[in-house]
Amino acid sequence: MIGAIRPDSWNFPLFLHVLGAFVLVGAVTAGVVAELVSARSEEGGRLRQIAFGSFLFGALPAYVVMRIGAEWLHSKEFGSSSHDPTWVGIGYGIADFGGLALLVALILSGVAARRSMGGLGRAAGLLAAITLAGWLVAVWAMGAKPT
Amino acid sequence: MTFDSWLLALHLLSAAALVGAVTVFWVLILAVRNADRPSRILVLAPLMRVGGVVVIVGSLGTVVFGVWLAITLDAYHPWDGWVIAAIVLWAIASETGRRSDPEFARAFTRAKELLDAGETGPSAELQALCRPRIGLLLHSVASLAIVLILVDMVWKPGA
Repeated sequence: MIGAIRPDSWNFPLFLHVLGAFVLVGAVTAGVVAELVSARSEEGGRLRQIAFGSFLFGALPAYVVMRIGAEWLHSKEFGSSSHDPTWVGIGYGIADFGGLALLVALILSGVAARRSMGGLGRAAGLLAAITLAGWLVAVWAMGAKPT
Repeated sequence: MTFDSWLLALHLLSAAALVGAVTVFWVLILAVRNADRPSRILVLAPLMRVGGVVVIVGSLGTVVFGVWLAITLDAYHPWDGWVIAAIVLWAIASETGRRSDPEFARAFTRAKELLDAGETGPSAELQALCRPRIGLLLHSVASLAIVLILVDMVWKPGA
């Protein structure tokens, strides 16, 4: 039931946006779980590598796809209008802040995996968890469209 | 906000959980592929548990809130072709996903047995259990079915 009736030309960007966002949620969830469990595991190093891999090869490409889809869809739906609805503003705000947070979490996670630094891995996991919560709020806003 | 917009939001969140869980399982499948020691497999158990819970929430949420929306919205009906197609694809994804689970769980069960027996070294048997062809095929079919549901939801053929 995603979205209402809309011009056919909006469908592909919407598909990219939604698929990217959903895969992003999964890849970040996997990374968060791996990072947070790594702190109290004998195989912590392996978990930190898995988390880093999930952020780098899953979350980052998914974020790019989600963001390209969003921009493409926005250009079709709102054109160059400077007055976006509230829910679009929520989406953009959370996506932009989340992108930055994901990048920081990715770097922390990479350093933690390379240098076996459990504390840094935990910090990456916590940051990514907060970001994930924000993205879930954005998913809610895309559906509920609060004004 | 209307009741319908809340339903749509919950439907979307459930869909995010479902696709997210499938992604978590893909991370798990890739991570476990090269494991040959019990400890390297069992360390992934939390990912398996989280994925298992999220996939149930996502599966039930998508179909319950989706059908509810089809009933409450005037523009759509539960008997519309694209809604029925989505339900059929959902059933295929659910069943293939459910059947893939024990295929991968065997490696975890065997890893625990080996660890309990004090065998912590590499095991060719364990390595083979970490690459179940049927499990991979079933999970691929479930993933494809879910992507097709998304295509169906966006394009709504016949609506």
